Amino acid sequence: MSPTEHTVKSFEAELQRLSNLIAQMGGVVEAQVEAAVQAVGRRDVEGATKVMQGDVRLDEFERQIEHDAIRMLALRAPVGVDLREVLAALKISADLERTGDYAANIAKRSIALAQLPVMRPAGTIPRMGRLVQEMLKDVLDAYIDRDVEKAVAAWHRDEELDDLYTSLFREVLTYMMEDPRNITPCTHLLFIAKNLERAGDHATNIAETVHFLVRGQPLTAERPKGDKSSFTIIEPVEGEG
Amino acid sequence: MDSMTLNKPVQAAVTQPVKVSARDVKVYYGAKRALHGVNVDIYQNEVLAMIGPSGCGKSTFLRTLNRMNDTIDICRVEGKILLDGEDIYDPKLDVVQLRARVGMVFQKPNPFPKSIYENVIYGPKLHGLATRKDEFDAIVETSLKRAGLWNEVKDRLHEPGTGLSGGQQQRLCIARAVAVSPEVILMDEPCSALDPIATAHIEELIDELRESFTIAIVTHNMQQAARVSQRTAFFHLGDLVEVGDTEEIFTNPRDERTQGYITGRYG
Repeated sequence: MSPTEHTVKSFEAELQRLSNLIAQMGGVVEAQVEAAVQAVGRRDVEGATKVMQGDVRLDEFERQIEHDAIRMLALRAPVGVDLREVLAALKISADLERTGDYAANIAKRSIALAQLPVMRPAGTIPRMGRLVQEMLKDVLDAYIDRDVEKAVAAWHRDEELDDLYTSLFREVLTYMMEDPRNITPCTHLLFIAKNLERAGDHATNIAETVHFLVRGQPLTAERPKGDKSSFTIIEPVEGEG
Repeated sequence: MDSMTLNKPVQAAVTQPVKVSARDVKVYYGAKRALHGVNVDIYQNEVLAMIGPSGCGKSTFLRTLNRMNDTIDICRVEGKILLDGEDIYDPKLDVVQLRARVGMVFQKPNPFPKSIYENVIYGPKLHGLATRKDEFDAIVETSLKRAGLWNEVKDRLHEPGTGLSGGQQQRLCIARAVAVSPEVILMDEPCSALDPIATAHIEELIDELRESFTIAIVTHNMQQAARVSQRTAFFHLGDLVEVGDTEEIFTNPRDERTQGYITGRYG
């Protein structure tokens, strides 16, 4: 008697379908984030518009997953690993949906940015974007393979992302102080970076959910908070610029 | 990973003393061993649910707790079962007294072919717990109230118990069991013959009875185990595989066999 397949085949099929939906939704989110970050770098208005339009699909995915999960909770009364499976799907779909919103917002701001002069701190955005994409890919792979080690490794990378965000924040403030005409593009950049930083947080949420799914226990360690921008103060230097 | 501390599994928040203690309990039917050495404590005022596939030994184990197996000639019990630290298989122990302390409710409601009143006072009479009519009246009222049946039958106490509905009959059997003020109540699938409403009544009752008694219940209905018990024990092929907080058993069982059984992957 080893936990292999459910005696009730249709239950097995429903769980599989739920897991597949998450995997598909995850794939779409990865593509959305990638395209949004590219639109910033390439000043690609057309690409950005596609990302904004594509967000609807993620809302549909989320609704479908929610519907399936509620149905299974009501009709199957899952317990043990099955219960965790359904709860994980609900939580991960919410995290993915929000990540998709961030991608759409990045795309929207890239359209505004495309009409403004190029700012140097914009160079950090692709780096942040790559990191977020890698984290997303890793946590989704970890979900599909039920791989806790991989999930935890991705969870730790959020620190790197926070560091990038903090340094970009400082840089952007300096540019704004130099010249008020920089304020508009810099503010957009700042929000784009903030969106990526938040997307990273949702990737870590997914890593935590994978941990719960596999081990049945929450990942309770405190992750060092790398985003120090909340405490950052930059004073204008007298007699300069 | 070293900075990471994982949550320890929630341990049973047991503050009550041990009421029943089973140590290496083995049961044989002739040459066949039905239980392979069960160790478990049942705490005072808890509901312990026992689950497992048919033939796993859960009912056999339940029946060792008030020596119901004594009635089966070829049945032999080894190991120790202590009730408040006292060995219940001590040859000097009075089995009738034991069964007054450890009462039992069976799968099918089995009221005596007597009146509701007579059903309830049968045990107290047998054990000489009362002599005067007013004492018996008081026992009947208290027991039927405890069993949640009083309001439904108070005007027809002298009608036959067998005339009640299935759910009412089962509550009458519970009233009969509590009438002798037992310390432990054993329940062997008490709801399997009842509809969902009657089942809900019994489950609510179990929750109330827990304040005064220690309860061990065998059930095939896992949702029932989840609803009524604080701890759950999973039996499989004569072994007690796992016992723990009910919440833990149903969200994160430790043993693969438990996981397989509760999620329906048993095969």
